[in-house]
Amino acid sequence: MELGKIVKVSGPLVVAEGLTNAKMYDMVRVGKEKLIGEIIELRGGFASIQVYEETSGLGPEDPVLSTGEPLSVELGPGLLSSIYDGIQRPLDVIRSVAGDFVIRGVDAPAINREKKWHFKPLVKKGDTVTAGDFLGEVEETSIIKHKIMVPPQFQKATVKEIFEGDFTVEERVAILEFEGKEHEVKMLNQWPVRKARPYKRKLAPYAPLITGQRVIDTFFPIAKGGTACVPGPFGSGKTVIQHQLAKWADAEIVVFIGCGERGNEMTDVLIELPQLLDPYTGKPLMERTILIANTSNMPVAAREASIYTGITLAEYFRDMGYNVALQADSTSRWAEALREISGRLEEMPGEEGYPAYLGSRLAAFYERSGRVVCLGSDNREGTLTAIGSVSPPGGDLSEPVVQATLRIVKVFWGLEDRLAYERHFPAINWLISYSLYLDKIEEYWGEQVAQDYKNLHDEAMKILQREAELKEIVRLVGIDALSPEERILMEGAKSIREDFLQQNAFNELDSFTSLKKQYYLLRLIIHFYQLSLKAFQQGKPLNEILEAKVKEKIARAKFVPEEKLEEIKKIEKEVEKELQVEAVRTKNGRQGC
Amino acid sequence: MLKEYLTIKDVVGPLVLVEGVKGVKYGELVELDFPDGSSSRGSVLEISRDYALVQVFEGTRGINTTQTKVRFVGKSLQFGVSRDILGRVFDGLGRPIDGGPQIIADEYLDIHGAAINPYARDYPTDFIQTGISAIDGMNPLVRGQKLPIFSGAGLPHPQIAAQIARQATVLGKEEEFAVVFSAMGITFEEADYFISEFKQTAAIERAVLFINLADDPAIERIATPKMALTAAEYLAFKLDMHVLVILTDMTYYCEALREISAARKEVPGRRGYPGYLYTDLATNYERAGRIKGKKGSITQIPVLTMPEDDKTHPIPDLTGYITEGQIILSRDLHRKGIYPPIDVLPSLSRLKEKGIGEGKTREDHSGISNQLFAAYARGREARELMIILGEAALTETDKKFVKFADEFEERFVSQGEYENRTIEETLELGWDLCTILPREELKRVSEEQIKKYLKEKSSG
Repeated sequence: MELGKIVKVSGPLVVAEGLTNAKMYDMVRVGKEKLIGEIIELRGGFASIQVYEETSGLGPEDPVLSTGEPLSVELGPGLLSSIYDGIQRPLDVIRSVAGDFVIRGVDAPAINREKKWHFKPLVKKGDTVTAGDFLGEVEETSIIKHKIMVPPQFQKATVKEIFEGDFTVEERVAILEFEGKEHEVKMLNQWPVRKARPYKRKLAPYAPLITGQRVIDTFFPIAKGGTACVPGPFGSGKTVIQHQLAKWADAEIVVFIGCGERGNEMTDVLIELPQLLDPYTGKPLMERTILIANTSNMPVAAREASIYTGITLAEYFRDMGYNVALQADSTSRWAEALREISGRLEEMPGEEGYPAYLGSRLAAFYERSGRVVCLGSDNREGTLTAIGSVSPPGGDLSEPVVQATLRIVKVFWGLEDRLAYERHFPAINWLISYSLYLDKIEEYWGEQVAQDYKNLHDEAMKILQREAELKEIVRLVGIDALSPEERILMEGAKSIREDFLQQNAFNELDSFTSLKKQYYLLRLIIHFYQLSLKAFQQGKPLNEILEAKVKEKIARAKFVPEEKLEEIKKIEKEVEKELQVEAVRTKNGRQGC
Repeated sequence: MLKEYLTIKDVVGPLVLVEGVKGVKYGELVELDFPDGSSSRGSVLEISRDYALVQVFEGTRGINTTQTKVRFVGKSLQFGVSRDILGRVFDGLGRPIDGGPQIIADEYLDIHGAAINPYARDYPTDFIQTGISAIDGMNPLVRGQKLPIFSGAGLPHPQIAAQIARQATVLGKEEEFAVVFSAMGITFEEADYFISEFKQTAAIERAVLFINLADDPAIERIATPKMALTAAEYLAFKLDMHVLVILTDMTYYCEALREISAARKEVPGRRGYPGYLYTDLATNYERAGRIKGKKGSITQIPVLTMPEDDKTHPIPDLTGYITEGQIILSRDLHRKGIYPPIDVLPSLSRLKEKGIGEGKTREDHSGISNQLFAAYARGREARELMIILGEAALTETDKKFVKFADEFEERFVSQGEYENRTIEETLELGWDLCTILPREELKRVSEEQIKKYLKEKSSG
C-alpha cells in the first residue's frame, strides 16, 4: 500500500506521482471515491493510470492508493448465471445498491460472500494431491458441477483435513500440507486477468463445436478449442450470430462478453437466456452462462479490461475439464479502447491511429484459447473456443483490426451487407468464408453422422462455386445463354441457398438444426439436384423439372421438427416419384446417424 | 466568492489554456468574462498541476490573454429541470430563448448523465405506429429504440422527422407523451419549419426544444444533445412520460468534435475524426431505452446527412454500429418524386421481431414484411436486368416482379406528408401488392395467412 498524488487528468487517463514501488499493471484506487484503475506506464517517477470509471471531478493533489496487486478476478462458485461489468463488478448487485444508473465508486464483491454451497470432498484425508487435482465439488447449477481444485502453486501436497458440508466461499474446506507448512483452502480464489492460467500442454483441436447453425456446422465448422472471427459491416447480423452461438453451441459453459456494444442487446440476452432450454440438457441456458456487459457508453478503460476478465473466467472452467465457448462482441471496440488510451499516452501510432502492439495483443488474447490437458493427475482435457466479432469501419476488411485478427484465427465467417439486404440470414458469404478445421471435422462427420457427409459438403460447395461463375454470365447476357444443365445447376444452387443456408434465428423450429437434420436436409437438396439432371438426360422437359411441385416441400423441409426427421426422407421418395427416375445412392448413403 | 484567474496563456481555436490554477477538477464548468463585457462558458478537458485546458462553448472571439477573467465553478455543466420545461425553447446550452421566464428548477442534473445499468434495462417491445408504411410495415419503430434517419443534402428528412413526431402513437394506449427536439447546426429555416410544425399541431405544448443554429457557436453543439437527453431522461424516468427525441443533425455535432480534437492535436482516426468518436456517439445514443419498473421510455431518432450520400463515411458508419437499425433515404426515389424516399432494402430495424406479431400488431406482420422485402429485392434486380437487356430478356415471372417493384414504390412507399396510415391499412396494402405475384412465389408467408389475407386478383 503506497499513497501517491494525481498530477494530471485527461479523460480516462490519470498521471500520478509518488508511487515509487508500483509495478506495471498494478491495481490502484484513484481519488476520494477510490475509483479502480490500473498502471499502464511508468516514466520518470510518474505512473500513468487508466481508470475504469468516469473521471470527472478528479483533479491534481487527489490521492492515489497503490494496492501492489495486479488487476484480478474472483473465481469460485457463484460465477454462473451472473452478469458483470468489464472489471467483474456484479451489475445486478450494483443495481440493488445504486439504482438504475451505473454511478461511480460503487463496489461490490463479484462473488456472493453469504451464500452457502454444499461442498462434497472428492479426496480423503491423507491423500497426496498435485496442482489442479479436484479436492471436491459443488453443485453450482443443476447442470454444472463446480470443481474445487488444488491451486497451481501446490506441486505436491498432502490433504491434512477435508470437510464436507455447507460453506460460504470464504470458509476453509480443506487444509493442505505443502513443503512442511499448512495451508487453508477456500472455495474463493483470485487470478490476475492479464496472465493466462497454466495447463500441462496444448493439443490440436479435433471435435466440432456444434452450433446448430447450418452454414457454420456444415460449411465452415469450428472445432472445440478453436478460434473464429465474424467480421461484417453494421446490419449484417454479427450480433445475431453471436447470440445464436451463445444459445445453441454445445459447450458446457458459455462466457459472453458484450464489449462496447448496445445496452439493449445485453438486455435481450438477459431476458431470453433464462427462458431458453438447452437442447442437450433441457435446462435453462442461463445456468451455463456468464455475461460480461461493458456497453458502449460505459467507461472505455473497463472495455479494454473486459475481454481479459472474460477469458480468465473461461480458462478457470476449462481447467475443470469443461468445453467452454467464449464470445467477444466486438473486438473492434476493444481495439478502439486500446487506441484511445494509447493516444492519451501520446504513443507513436501505427496504422489508422491504432497502437503498434495491436497485433501482438490480439494474438496473445486468441492464443489463450485451445484444447489442453489440464493440470491435475487425471490428465483431463478441457477446451476453450474463442469467437470474436469484428466491426470494420464501412465493412472494409482491409482495416487493421480485421487484418490482425485474420492472421491468428482459423475460421473466418465473412458477413456481407448485400446478403442482409436480401434478407439472406445468416449473411455469411459462402465464397469468402473459410474454416481450416474442415479436414479434422470431416473425419468426425464420417464417424459420427454419415460416411457421405463430406461428399455432400463438397458437392454443395462445387455447385455454389459454379453458380457464382454462371451468375456473371447471366448478368452479362441473360439467363437464355445457359444450357439446360446449367439452368438445373442454378436451381440447385438456389435451393442450397434458400433451403439450407438461410436460417431464421427467430423461428422456433428453424433456430437450431442438429447435425443429423443438417445432413438429411443437404442430402435431400443434392438428391433433387442429381435426379433433376438425370431426369433431363432421360428426356424429361426442362420446364417440368424447374417447376416440380416437390420443390415447395423441399423448401419447407427445414421446418420439420427434430423428432420427425423421417419426414425428410419421405420427401426424397416423392422427389423420385415426381421426377420418375430411380434413385442412385452411394453405398454408404444410409449408414451412420 | 470564486477565485478569478487572469492567467490565460494560449488561445487555440476553441481551446484556452489557463495557468497556475489550484483545486480545479476534470470536467468542471468554467465561466469566462471577456474584456468587452460579454461572457462565455466552457468545461475542463484536461487538468494538471500547472494548467487547465478549457474548451469554450461560445467561441473564443474577444478573448485576450491579459484581461479575460476565468472562474472555475466547482460543478459540471448542468441543466435545471422541472415540469415547466415543456413547451419551452432553449438555446444549445439550455438558456431560454423564447422570451419566457427563467425555469425554476426542481433539480439540477449533470448533462453527461450516467450509463443505464444493462441489468436495469427493459427490452423495447411496444410497437410505435408512425403512420408511414415504409417504416411501420417494413422497419417498425419500437418504444425505447434508437433508429436514425440517414439522409443526404437536399432530401426531405425534416419532413419525415416532423411527420413521425406528429403521428407517432402506441396502439391501444393513452399515455403521456413528449417530444424533445435538439437542433445542432441546422439552418434557421429548417429549425423554423420544425417549430411551426409543432405549433400548428399544438404539439409544442408537450415539446422541449433546444436550438443551436448554423451560425451559433459550433462548440456549443457538443453540449446540445446532452442537454436534450438530460431533459428527456427527466421527463421519462422522473415524470413517467414516453419521450421521442429528435437529434438533428448529428453530422454537425461530429464536426464540432473534430474541431476540438484537431485543436488538441490528437492523433486522428478516419477522415480526421477523433479515435473516440464511437465512444462519444455511444454516450449520446445509448441514453435511449426503457428501465425495468419505470413507466416512461426514451425513443431516439437521430438525423444525419451522409456526406456524398456515403454510408461508409465514419459518421453514419459508427452511428449504424450503435443504433438499432437505420432508415436510409434514397436520392433515386426522391428524384422519382416519391415521398418519403425511404429505401427499405438497406434500412433495418433491429428490434422489429420483438415489437410485432400477434397481440402487438398482427400475426402476419413478420411474414408479409419478409415477403415484401424478398419480392422487392428480386423485382429491383430484375428491373436492373431489364434496363441492360431489354424487357424481352425477362421471364414472365420476372416481369411480374418488376411490376411489383414499381407498384411497391408508388403505392406502398409513397404516401402524403399528412397521410397517417394505420398498421392494418399498411398490411392490407402489402397483401394487395402480393396479388401481382404468382402464388407459388409467396414463400415467406404461411399457407394459413395466404388463405386469410390474400384477396383474389381483380384483374390479370
